[in-house]
Amino acid sequence: MSATFEVKPAPAGPAPRAAEKAARKPPRTSRRTQAWRSLRRHWQLYLLIVVPLAYFVIFKYIPISNAVIAFKDYSPIKGPWGSDWVGFKNFELFFQNPVFWTLVKNTFFLAAYTVLASFPIPIILAIALNEIRNGRFKKTVQLVTYAPYFISTVVVVSMTILVLSPRLGFVNDAIGLFGVPQIDFLGKPDYFRHIYVWSDVWQTTGYSAVIYLAALSGIDPALHESARIDGASRLQRIRNVDLPGIMPTAVIILVLGVGNIMSIGFEKAYLLQNPLNQSQSEIIATYVYKTGLLNADFSMATAIGLFNSVINLALLLCVNFVAKRITGNGLWS
Amino acid sequence: MSVTLQGFRRTAGKRPEQSRRTTIEETRTDKIFLIGVKIMLWIALIVVAVPLIYIVANSFSSPSAVSAGRVLLWPIEPSIRAYKEAFSDPLIMKGYLNSFIYAIGGTLISVTLTIAIAYPLSRRTFFGRNVIMSLLIFTMLFSGGLIPTYLVVQDLGMLNTRWAMVIPSAIGVWQVIIARTFFRSTIPDELYEAATIDGASDLRFLWSIVIPLSKPVIAVIALMYAIFQWNSYFDALIYLKDPGLFPLQIVLRNVLILNTLTGSTTTTSLAQQLEQQQLANVLKYALIVISSLPVLIIYPFVARHFTKGVMVGAVKG
Repeated sequence: MSATFEVKPAPAGPAPRAAEKAARKPPRTSRRTQAWRSLRRHWQLYLLIVVPLAYFVIFKYIPISNAVIAFKDYSPIKGPWGSDWVGFKNFELFFQNPVFWTLVKNTFFLAAYTVLASFPIPIILAIALNEIRNGRFKKTVQLVTYAPYFISTVVVVSMTILVLSPRLGFVNDAIGLFGVPQIDFLGKPDYFRHIYVWSDVWQTTGYSAVIYLAALSGIDPALHESARIDGASRLQRIRNVDLPGIMPTAVIILVLGVGNIMSIGFEKAYLLQNPLNQSQSEIIATYVYKTGLLNADFSMATAIGLFNSVINLALLLCVNFVAKRITGNGLWS
Repeated sequence: MSVTLQGFRRTAGKRPEQSRRTTIEETRTDKIFLIGVKIMLWIALIVVAVPLIYIVANSFSSPSAVSAGRVLLWPIEPSIRAYKEAFSDPLIMKGYLNSFIYAIGGTLISVTLTIAIAYPLSRRTFFGRNVIMSLLIFTMLFSGGLIPTYLVVQDLGMLNTRWAMVIPSAIGVWQVIIARTFFRSTIPDELYEAATIDGASDLRFLWSIVIPLSKPVIAVIALMYAIFQWNSYFDALIYLKDPGLFPLQIVLRNVLILNTLTGSTTTTSLAQQLEQQQLANVLKYALIVISSLPVLIIYPFVARHFTKGVMVGAVKG
């Protein structure tokens, strides 16, 4: 994980003359001489890539090496590598902390619920749109449902709070028509997950449907044609032509969703959080933020973050493996 | 460029529909089914649109009507008081300006760096491209976490500066994949060979041939970065302390979610306090509209390209 990728052709480098000598012998051009030749001919490309590569080293790989402070008692003066080792103390403390299971449970349920709700709905929307041939209506639905994706999380959360607010929001007015007393949705922990998930569905369904629409348009029209001639109804064609056609796409999206279950984002949960609903809204990501930046316990926050990353990576690899076994489609082939 | 893409897409999309129309008549169950589908789409349309219309209608209503919760889908006692108030608030205007700076500056940096890494990686003659690509993809799967990244930004002296907003999130691996796939699939090797024979260097070829030919994909990734930058608040939350540097999203969060009112609240009488409170309520709706407007105005024009970009990236390469 250090700065020397193979941009540079191996240490110390044989002089150009040596490379030329090697090049003169055609049967065995080693990788090193190949690299050297490519570097000499296309040095501008290697120059071009230096800055972006430095970005990835500095902002992605150095943080990974910095994560060593999870096993240390971090002191700002001594720096990440100079601090004293404490082994797994931070992890043990975290596992023993009564908040541990609450965090894992909240994170897991929130994310699982999100995946369950936001996986099938875009597929239904895409198939419904695909059945319609009325150009303008179809375009309007697509344009409008796609729009919320471009609204920021802060605004979506604000809208949610305003719409659900006890005095001002129309949701309480609407349920008031049925004689239900006003509800402070955000103040009740039990409503938190529903609010989180369904506002997410509201925001992302149109966007996710686009991917399935593309998959649907890639299906050979001849398949539909022959199914029609055989007397298949619309529903039958959806089940036997459309669904198998979008299967590979759906698998990839499900794998990504399930694999990322433990890495559910900080942003929205933090914004929707308030002291009243914390028993369900506190997830690992928000806890890391609070421990690390508000309480300045860097080592502990890193340990929790690392625990989360490792679990997440393992989960993603497992799910991908299983999906590949069952359907033959994985994230990478 | 966009015109040709549009035309292409339209013909490509129409063909199956037309053939469907000319074939066998619809059966009765199919007709009923289709009506069901249409009803479903109407519901989807309403569910998405109503909250948006509700916000806009409220933002144009009078403070007292909003506070009484009387507004539904059409402004009541129309007024633009809230907008006047918002546009005269120094903190909000400062946030607006900052967001523009971050969006434009960040996008320039991001697009430049993305092309600089995506183009070499798209070239077959570039040694080590697979290793570098794997290293990039690995960062999508595993990260050091919040605090280790924070420490790097701190060590670089970027905390509480404008750089913290544009540098740490400069390159998106996803955008690199999109650009690389586009370069690989649309710039043929023969073109490069021809250019070399004419004496063009790699950089010259990139500048005079690749970039002009890749305008559509560059536009897509630029918009992705710009919208991402405009909407982000997390980096500002952790890296910035000085209110003068806050982007609009942080200002919004303070006003909308934390309920910290801007401006002077040194009110005296109860009536004035009530008016302040009512105004604060409409202000929230107006702020939502103001902050989302730049993105929603350009959205209908870019939606198609956006979709296309997502598709290009989805083709594994």
